[in-house]
Amino acid sequence: MPRIKLPTPPRPSALQPKPPRPGEEDKKAGPLDVAAEGGIRAVDWIDERTSLSSATRWLLFRKVPKGTNWFYTLGSASLIAFVSQATTGVFLAMYYDPSANHAYESVRYITNEAFLGAFVRGMHKWGSSVMVVLVFLHMARTFVFGAYKYPRELNWIIGVVLLILTMAMSFTGYLLPFDQRSYWATIVGVNINGSGPIIGPFLSDFLRGGPDFGATTLSRFYAIHMLLIPGLLAALIGAHLYLVAKLGTTAPPWMKAEADPELTKATA
Amino acid sequence: MKQAEKEQYLREYAILKSQGKPFFPYAVAKDSAMAVVVMLVIIALSLVLGAELGPKADPTTTTYVPRPEWYFFFLFELLRVIKPPILTPLATVGVPTLAMVLLLTLPFYDRSAERRPERRPVAMAAMILTVAAMAFLTYQGANAGSPNSVDMPTPTSLSPTQAAVFNQGKLVTAQSGCLACHKIGDNGNDGPGPPLTNVGARLPAQAIERTLQNPTAPMPSFANLPPQKLSALVAFLSQLK
Repeated sequence: MPRIKLPTPPRPSALQPKPPRPGEEDKKAGPLDVAAEGGIRAVDWIDERTSLSSATRWLLFRKVPKGTNWFYTLGSASLIAFVSQATTGVFLAMYYDPSANHAYESVRYITNEAFLGAFVRGMHKWGSSVMVVLVFLHMARTFVFGAYKYPRELNWIIGVVLLILTMAMSFTGYLLPFDQRSYWATIVGVNINGSGPIIGPFLSDFLRGGPDFGATTLSRFYAIHMLLIPGLLAALIGAHLYLVAKLGTTAPPWMKAEADPELTKATA
Repeated sequence: MKQAEKEQYLREYAILKSQGKPFFPYAVAKDSAMAVVVMLVIIALSLVLGAELGPKADPTTTTYVPRPEWYFFFLFELLRVIKPPILTPLATVGVPTLAMVLLLTLPFYDRSAERRPERRPVAMAAMILTVAAMAFLTYQGANAGSPNSVDMPTPTSLSPTQAAVFNQGKLVTAQSGCLACHKIGDNGNDGPGPPLTNVGARLPAQAIERTLQNPTAPMPSFANLPPQKLSALVAFLSQLK
């Protein structure tokens, strides 16, 4: 049986296990020890079949360069906003009916009658604003710190695609409540798409499901909003995070790399 | 970036990384604290501002002038700022597409090895200008008067009956879609029709009524408005001096 060895994460001295006192070593295993042993066995069983422990170690115990500060949390904050949107979106989808005849009534039901419906809908609506703001701040941090330069160019490109998809999420989601405001704003938005060169008219026809805003338009927007774009977003977020873990987060550009003083002493 | 610069960067980064702290638990702790803040902000926004639901979508209304979500205000305002119809595709598709292409290809044309912002004046100036322009356009877009109502104050010189007609005319104006092409005070679009803020000073009431019934294209005729609404509309417009 291979026993995995995880390095002990650094802990404050108060939390570190105390060495056993003389005469205590042979104490019988208590229920806690048995539970811990069971947990280790379960993890071992999975690890023997997947070798996930090395990936976990690589992901969690990689070092983050000196000088990283609170600005570096904006990326994970955007991720949290996405997770919140996905979760509240699932609950809204349980009640929402994407047909032109029933969409408005189902949103009215969510807002006025469903348990905590107005709260969850409010979280979804405002979560989109929060996500857009966080994504822009995250991009600004990357830009100011020059973090899009070698070797992280590809991750910048994935990030810009994520930004475009986020805006597309907001655009397709705006129609779904199907009130006057969302309906007419979407008509204008689709017409604006149509004024683009070459692919513009095709894109507009694709979004509307035909030359006119018809019965299938709403279900089309719904499918794009809750299947197509979220799938793309999740996949690209995965790629984005993989590259972050692989390449490491940048150090702030002001940090000076100084070799270990021990080494410089030796060469002097 | 030259090969030597790449190697130099990787060397310095390796040193900084080796002097850093493990991702778990140090970075994870900060990220978790930030996650709590984000969730609290979303919950607070939901509880305080909520999500309103307007009247049901009605494809037969032709007078509803829509407004987008606030973070699209800058695009919306760009559309209002760029007037000539030939240039409209430039505002709607050209500028955003150009911005996206510039963003996507950024690592390919900014190839210097310098990362410190104070030594990248062009990049920083471009960013500050972009952010300032977006902030300004968003502010303008947010403060543009609603295109579905007229905010003109009722003149104090009017008698109570005249004021009632004035307010009714104001409502008819807002509901008839006049603001899609005419500007009245702070509301509406400046063009293609002339601004109506002082139309009462330029035209007598009869001329206004004649224009409403037999307009020059592309303005639609309002001849089949109910007579009471039409007279209220005329009374309101002729009071705009």
